[in-house]
Amino acid sequence: MYKKTTLILAGFAGLALSGLSSAADVHTKTIAATCMSCHGPDGKSLGAIPSIAGLPKDYFVKAMQDYKSGKRVGTIMKKHAAGYNDAEFEAMGAYFATLK
Amino acid sequence: MTLNRRDFLKVSGAGAAVALTGCATQGGSAASPAKAHVVVVGAGFGGATCAKYLRTWGPNIDVTLIEPNDKFVSCPISNWVLAGMKSMDDITHGYDKLSKYGIKMVKDYVTAIDTAKKVVTTKGGASIGYDRLVLAPGVEVLTDSVKGYNEASAAGKVVHAWKAGPETALLRKQLEDMPDGGVFVMSVPTAPYRCPPGPYERACMVASYFKKAKPKSKIILLDGNPDIASKKGLFMWAWNTFYPGMIEYRPNNAPAAVDGSRMVVTTEFDDVKADVMNVVPKQRAGEVCGLAGARNDSGGVWCTVNLATFESTTVPNVHIIGDSVLSNLPKSGHMATNHAKVCAAAIVELVAGRQPNPIPVVANTCYSATSETTAGHVANVFRFEAGKGYVTQPDGGATATGDELNFTYAESWAQNIWTDILS
Repeated sequence: MYKKTTLILAGFAGLALSGLSSAADVHTKTIAATCMSCHGPDGKSLGAIPSIAGLPKDYFVKAMQDYKSGKRVGTIMKKHAAGYNDAEFEAMGAYFATLK
Repeated sequence: MTLNRRDFLKVSGAGAAVALTGCATQGGSAASPAKAHVVVVGAGFGGATCAKYLRTWGPNIDVTLIEPNDKFVSCPISNWVLAGMKSMDDITHGYDKLSKYGIKMVKDYVTAIDTAKKVVTTKGGASIGYDRLVLAPGVEVLTDSVKGYNEASAAGKVVHAWKAGPETALLRKQLEDMPDGGVFVMSVPTAPYRCPPGPYERACMVASYFKKAKPKSKIILLDGNPDIASKKGLFMWAWNTFYPGMIEYRPNNAPAAVDGSRMVVTTEFDDVKADVMNVVPKQRAGEVCGLAGARNDSGGVWCTVNLATFESTTVPNVHIIGDSVLSNLPKSGHMATNHAKVCAAAIVELVAGRQPNPIPVVANTCYSATSETTAGHVANVFRFEAGKGYVTQPDGGATATGDELNFTYAESWAQNIWTDILS
């Protein structure tokens, strides 16, 4: 899955009229932004929902993989994790790790 | 998931043509110092989010946000106001923090859109040109579709309160003024309509208030649909657990008429006497979508768009986001913010002469309170696939019961999403 997504994104970047921003970056920033609706702007929550800004990447990736597999139990996160692939977990994890 | 070249061209074809045209007519952003100008109409969940993320991701884009109201009033959590759990102040927020993004706010109504000349005209007399236009008006409630509605509404005898604001406050007051033993009659429009679980959550919230303040009262829910349209298990659980005998549910009972002087809602079957009437008429894409000629589905009701960019399938350079869009995605505030982010990212790429992301992903999260301390949710992820639109991913869905942790998260969700879109 990782390979396939990378190939799609790479091919897509090649088709772009000018390569100022990478297609993978566009995809990552948009899916990361979907997290912020619940987890707060830049992943900084104001209340009971946990913040995800600044989480170590490996922790983020494992948490998402474990929610997806059912190993980690939450209220809503399995339903979200199930919709993304490992390449996206890696990309989102790297992104949120940079936000302090 | 695979995407072959032919499918890719299907997704990108329209966008590519527009991008190339854009370069030709505007001289291209590289060759000319002229900045692209995006006008966003409507500063609700979708429009405010789109304006903010356009400026965040496209700092070279000028963004004008046109909104007639002084403040944002949230539909999500507005049912909680009816229960007395929240105040109007709690769901009302200013737009002042958006100014830090360099968004030009215009407080006005849009009265005309010339999509050939790419100019928006406002009630205040301004003519505002655009390179791309984003329409985020929410729904237009078709009050004419229920006989007698407009007269009864003018007399203050019926509200829909399906756009949070003064009608929400009025409905709360009517419920407070209603004597114990009174009957609250509420209707559910035939799908598709804004916020599918909203009517059933409202029944829970009003029942919660009645249980505490006037326990002899009754709720009659007249549903235009053949069954509970959303989170059925959750709401059946809540009604049976917390409010047994209080809510009478009548499927296939769309109101045909209301009479404000007799306080009667008339269905195909009978006249239903009410103390408080809350009739929610059917809806269509917001008025500005009509002005742009973008209500282009088979019934002329909703807007069909390229779901990877939210650009109209028939009106170039006009994007529609939120409840006005015809798709399999639920008409929720949360979903409108996801439309907005995908649309903003696409516009940033298009005005720069690049291809938008051909495989966007959106997610929905929707909490519904079932009592003063419990809530449930529905959540789904949808991945765009060429030729298929948004494909619902496995393992999503609704909770069968509510609990206190979900209630806590519902409150936190509201605070976080309001902050994400407005500051």
